[in-house]
Amino acid sequence: MALPSYAGPLETFWYYAFRIFCGVVFIFLISPLLIIIPLSFNVEPYFSFTEGMLAFDPDAYSLRWYEEFFGSERWMNAIQNTFIVAVCSTILSMILGTLAALGLSRSELPFKGMIMGFLISPMIVPLIISAAGMFFFYSSLGISQSYLGLILAHTALGTPFVVITVTATLSGFDYNLVRAAASLGATPTYAFFKVTVPLILTGVISGGLFALMTSVDEVVVAIFIAGAEQRTVPMQMWAGIREQISPTILAVATLLVCMSILLLSTVEYLRRRSETIRGITPH
Amino acid sequence: MMANTVEAEGQLTPDEQKRLTADMHRSLRRKKIRAVFLVAPLLIFIMVTFVSPIATMLFRSVDNPQVSEYMPNTTAALAAWDADSNELPDETTYAALVEDLVVGRENHTIGKAATRLNYEKSQMRSLLTGTARKAGRLDPPYKEQLIKINAGWGDIDNWRVIKRESAPYTLSYYIAAFDMETTPSGEIKMLPEQQRVYLKMLWRTVWMSLLITALTLILGYPVSYLLASLPMGIANTLMILVLLPFWTSLLVRTSSWIALLQGQGVINDVLVWFGLVGDDNRLSMIYNATGTVITMTHILLPFMILPLYSVMKTIPPSYMRAARSLGATPFTAFFKVYLPQSVPGISAGAILVFILAIGYYITPALVGGQTGQFIGNMIAYHMQSSLNWGLAAALGVVLLALVLGIYALYSRLFGSNNQMTLR
Repeated sequence: MALPSYAGPLETFWYYAFRIFCGVVFIFLISPLLIIIPLSFNVEPYFSFTEGMLAFDPDAYSLRWYEEFFGSERWMNAIQNTFIVAVCSTILSMILGTLAALGLSRSELPFKGMIMGFLISPMIVPLIISAAGMFFFYSSLGISQSYLGLILAHTALGTPFVVITVTATLSGFDYNLVRAAASLGATPTYAFFKVTVPLILTGVISGGLFALMTSVDEVVVAIFIAGAEQRTVPMQMWAGIREQISPTILAVATLLVCMSILLLSTVEYLRRRSETIRGITPH
Repeated sequence: MMANTVEAEGQLTPDEQKRLTADMHRSLRRKKIRAVFLVAPLLIFIMVTFVSPIATMLFRSVDNPQVSEYMPNTTAALAAWDADSNELPDETTYAALVEDLVVGRENHTIGKAATRLNYEKSQMRSLLTGTARKAGRLDPPYKEQLIKINAGWGDIDNWRVIKRESAPYTLSYYIAAFDMETTPSGEIKMLPEQQRVYLKMLWRTVWMSLLITALTLILGYPVSYLLASLPMGIANTLMILVLLPFWTSLLVRTSSWIALLQGQGVINDVLVWFGLVGDDNRLSMIYNATGTVITMTHILLPFMILPLYSVMKTIPPSYMRAARSLGATPFTAFFKVYLPQSVPGISAGAILVFILAIGYYITPALVGGQTGQFIGNMIAYHMQSSLNWGLAAALGVVLLALVLGIYALYSRLFGSNNQMTLR
């Protein structure tokens, strides 16, 4: 999209104005994530830069808030809870979602549109409504304030992502490969695990990562249906921001940004791998 | 269809043909059953863990058990009383009331009925609980004594409220959710202007969501255009700047905006340092509507850029060049050729951002202060603080209806083709 040589002054102006505008938007997008990294090393209990920090005085920086984070039983407990809930709900989402996507991709399935609508409804309904409804319902079943309740809730919120990514992967799936396997004597089960699974695995895993992220980041439903014992990292952050702002929050935030970089790279890697496998070359 | 072909060739006897048709039907049915069995586990799971909670909420918004359950004798006695008769109920009703109050006080349940009635008419709570304390010491006949204890028992309007709310189902939570009230005579009318809360809140939620949607479109459109027209390598690198916020926790982004926008925050510090604003005159950009709009625009911007980008990626750049070569100015070429083709992306992005924005709760609660709260915060308030769950449920149903309505309209206009599926 280089500027053509015949461009007039007005067009040249617009060309640069447009690029500068885009640059500003990119800065707007990324600067909040970058700004918390130096702030989390602040030696003072403030949310802003001290003079010492601006002068790059090493004494103005410290690992104080990280020590506080790793030394806090509450936070460590929260990490453990987040981990338990996220892993269980992700595995459940991946199994249920993949099976459903396999069914949805078959042309014989009746009421496909309606079923799809129900299956992705947790993604469309505002979280506050899901949270309120789950609070009423799970309390009446006696599973609110329990790991089971939280895991079931997060599984419900995570499955739409798996259903959508796996259905998308299956839409480009060549069923002749399964037929070929069958014609060579493979049983349906064998063909499924040796042919279908490797081909849709990237879709399953990236859907699973979306589900994982949903659970790790989810706070609305958690504050409604989890008890003090199931307190997750987002719940602890929510309480921390509301009660008193300490840079410990920023230390946690920095670690979470690092985690999202890791997740993003994994998803991007999977996406490219899947494109290569399916023979779609990047253009 | 295949059976017909075979028949035309006349190679099968009718018997064989029938068997073949039956076989095919059976095979088709087996395939259908297999597909249903694959979908069934998740469908059942979602029905139980997600759809039934929503249905419970629908039920909660009209459910009205408190009075009939905790004041059963009064409810039964009032059934015979004509609320329009302008006469107080008879002695049997008063006797039933005393019985309910005494039992209710023993079981600590009278407070629930009192709270329920207080939603309809203030002072009902103190009327019931206050009388309940003394009811145990009374002897019949009760009518005179009760009116002496509290003149409220001589007020026909109070009895009308009790009779009305002794019905097992009620629309009164919806009436409250729309800033209306039922007068003692049973008429439904709007509350006085200064007492209206929820419609105002709903309206604010809608227009702030529209504003946020417009802002994400204004910021996101040029960026998506740039990303779609740059060479793959550079575009992929710049895409990280969009995807990284997308993958970062909502709470992380909200707390970093607190660090940026607050009075002693980074942006104000920079402005003071440059001398643009005075140190004692720092801008208040957070804990108000501005804070909510800025933060939510940042959080939702990737949801606008991603669908826009995926649509723009499919628009061949040669179209614009063709328009230019035919004499169109860059502006005409853009508005006549490019923009119309990007409409599916605009609509998908806008609907996604708007639907997400309208249901927001966390960000307005943290950075919204008084003026930046959304209807979601009202629902949370009634769920957690005021414990008026019926009203919370009714507000939730109103919000849900709004979201589903918009979604249905969108599917109708643009087809249910899933641009909404993130990428």
